[in-house]
Amino acid sequence: MLIFEQLLNGLQYGMTLFLMAAGLTLVFGVMGLINLAHGSLYMIGAFACAVVAAATGSFWLGVAASLAAAAAAGALMELLVIRRLYRRDHLDQVLATFALILIFSEGTRWLFGSFPLYLTLPPSLSGTVTLPGGLVYPVFRFAVIVLGLAIAGGLFWLMRGTRLGIRIRAGEADREMIGALGVDISKLYTVVFALGAALAGLAGALVGAVQSVQVGMGEPVLILAFVVVVIGGIGSIGGALVSAILVGMTDSLGKALLPGMLAQVMPQAAANTLGASLASMSVYILMAVVLVWRPTGLFGARA
Amino acid sequence: MKLLSTLSLAAALMAGTAFAAPVKVGMITTLSGGGAGLGMDTRDGFDLALKLAGDAASEITVVTEDDQQKPDVAVQIADKMIQSDNVDILTGIVWSNLAMAVVPAAVQQGKFYLSTNAGPSALAGAQCDPNYFSVSYQNDNFHEAAGQAAMDAGYKNVFIMAPNYPAGQDALTGFKRYYTGELAGEIYTQVGQTDYAGEIAQIRDSGADAVFFFLPGGMGISFIKQYAGSGVTTPLIGPAFSFSQDVLPAVGDAALGIRNTASWAPDLDNEANHKFVEAFKEEYGRIPSVYAAQAYDTANLILSAAAKADVTDADAFREALREADFDSVRGNFTFGPNQHPIQDLYVREVVKDADGVLTNKIVGVAIEDRGDAYAEQCSM
Repeated sequence: MLIFEQLLNGLQYGMTLFLMAAGLTLVFGVMGLINLAHGSLYMIGAFACAVVAAATGSFWLGVAASLAAAAAAGALMELLVIRRLYRRDHLDQVLATFALILIFSEGTRWLFGSFPLYLTLPPSLSGTVTLPGGLVYPVFRFAVIVLGLAIAGGLFWLMRGTRLGIRIRAGEADREMIGALGVDISKLYTVVFALGAALAGLAGALVGAVQSVQVGMGEPVLILAFVVVVIGGIGSIGGALVSAILVGMTDSLGKALLPGMLAQVMPQAAANTLGASLASMSVYILMAVVLVWRPTGLFGARA
Repeated sequence: MKLLSTLSLAAALMAGTAFAAPVKVGMITTLSGGGAGLGMDTRDGFDLALKLAGDAASEITVVTEDDQQKPDVAVQIADKMIQSDNVDILTGIVWSNLAMAVVPAAVQQGKFYLSTNAGPSALAGAQCDPNYFSVSYQNDNFHEAAGQAAMDAGYKNVFIMAPNYPAGQDALTGFKRYYTGELAGEIYTQVGQTDYAGEIAQIRDSGADAVFFFLPGGMGISFIKQYAGSGVTTPLIGPAFSFSQDVLPAVGDAALGIRNTASWAPDLDNEANHKFVEAFKEEYGRIPSVYAAQAYDTANLILSAAAKADVTDADAFREALREADFDSVRGNFTFGPNQHPIQDLYVREVVKDADGVLTNKIVGVAIEDRGDAYAEQCSM
C-alpha cells in the first residue's frame, strides 16, 4: 500500500516537473536558447494567481490570470531581450537571462514585499479521495496527474497535428529555410516563447497553491527542469514527459526506500543521513548514467 | 550638603560622558532573496529600539548591508565594515552558516559580535569567545523545548523530520535531548524541498501519535499546506520558525491550533513586551516576529552597555554587556558562562486574534531558565 502510494507520488511529482520542463524544452529546442529566467515566469504565474485569487476570491480566475501574466511577460521578454540573443553564444544567453532573474526577483519584491503570499486550493481541489484498495489520496495530486497528461496530449497534438506545430518543427530543423519559404520566423519565436512561458505560469499557479509563494521560488524547480530536459533530449516533448516521470519516480522512491535499504547494512542513524544524501543525489546520478549511455538524451536527435 | 550636590553633579557629568561615547554598529542581514522577510524584521526591530530610546541612542550609528543570504557576501561586508567603516559592533546575521563564516574572524580582530538570531553550537562550545554574545538563543533551544512539550503532552511515539544540513541535524539532536519516548520514524528531507507527498505517506504509515518537524522558511509553508490537504490528522509540533509572523499569513488557516515552541510570543505578559508590540504595529503596520523581538533586545542591550561604558574600553564594555541590564521583551533574561542566554522557553499555539490575523498565543512554559548543552565545552 505504502509503495503504491509512493509510486503515485512519484508520478505526480513527475507531472509537476513536466509542466515546467515542457516550456523549457520547446524554447531550448526550437530557438537553441538557454533561458535561465524560465523559473521567473513560474514565479510570475504563482504571484499573479495569488494576487487575483485574493482580490476576487476565485482560484480559477487566478489560474487564468497566471496564464495571461506569464504569457505576456514571456512575450515582452522575447521582444525586448531574448530576440537579441539568438545569434550570440550560450554564455551570453546565460548572462542575460541570469540578469533577468535578478530583475524579476527584485521587481516582484518591490511590488509585493518580502513576505510570502497566501494562496490556497479551492474547496473542489482540497480534501482526499479513497481509491480502490482503500488508499486515501489528496484530490489535488490527482488533478495534477490528470492535467499533466492532458497537457502532454495537447502538446503532442499541437506539434503533430497543427500548422503551428509543423512550423515549429521546421524551425527547429532549419530556421533559414523556413524563413526563405515565407514564414515570419520572429513572430513564430515570440509565439513559442509565450507558449512556453504560459506553461511555466500555469505550473507556478498550481504548484504554488501547495507551496510557498515567494521571491526566488522558481530557481530550485528550474534546476530540476533542466535535468529533465537534458535527460529527455533537448527539444523533445515526449522525451520531457518520459524523463519527468523517470526523475519524479527516482526522487520519490529514492527518498522512501534508500534509508530503509541502507539500514540493513548499517546503524539506523547513519542510514538516515546517508540515505537522505544519496536520495538527493539520485536524480543527478540518473542524469549522469543516461548521458553516458546516450549523450543526447533519451529522445534527443543523434548527432 | 554642598559637597554632596557637587559629587552628584560630577557623577551626572561622568554618566553623561559615558553616554556620549559614540558607538558604531554594523548590521549585516538578509534583505533580498527568499529569506528577506527575516532580515527586514531584524532590521526593523533593531531600528525601533533605537528610535524609542530617543536621545540615549543619539551617539549610536548603524550601517546596514544586505548579505543576500550568501556566506561569501557576508564575509566581504564584514571585512569592509571592520576595515573602512570602523564599526565597533557587528550584528544582524540570520543564518548559522553565515554566522560561522563571519563571527570567528570578526571577534579575532577585537570587534564585538552580538547575535540577533543564529546560535550555532560551535560558537557556544569550543569556539566561544569573550567578544561573542548570543542575544537570541543557542540553536538547539527551541527544539529542546519542543521535546519537553512532546513529553508534557504525553506523546509516546513521535515521527521526527528535518532537512539534511547541520541545523537540521542539530534540531533532531535537540529534540531527542528532552524527548525520551519511542521514535515512529526519523527522516531527513532535502534542503529547499518543495514536495512532501512521500514524507506524508510515511507519516501516515508509521502509526505515530505526533510529528515533530523543523522546516524553516518556504519548506515549512509547503509542508504544512500539503499536510493539511492530505487527510492525515496526527498532531504537529515544531519550533517557532515555521509559525513565525513572517510565514503565518502565507500558511493560512492550515496552521490553526498547531503547538510550537519559542522564547517569546507577541502576547508574552511583561511591560517591555507590551510597549514593543504596540510600537512595532504602530510603526510598521504588522505584528512583529521572534526575529524582530530578538533584534529589539539586542539594540537595547547595546544601549544599556553604552550607558555604562565606553565601547573603546573593550573590557569595561564587555562587563557591561554581560550584566544584561535591560528590560528584555522575553521577561527573565541573563547570560550564562558562555555568553548565551538563560531564558524561559514557551509553548505557543497558533490562533486568530481579534482582527482575524493569525498569530501565536502562549499556552504554557516548556522549560524554565534554560541555558544550553554546550556551555561546559566553553573555556573562557
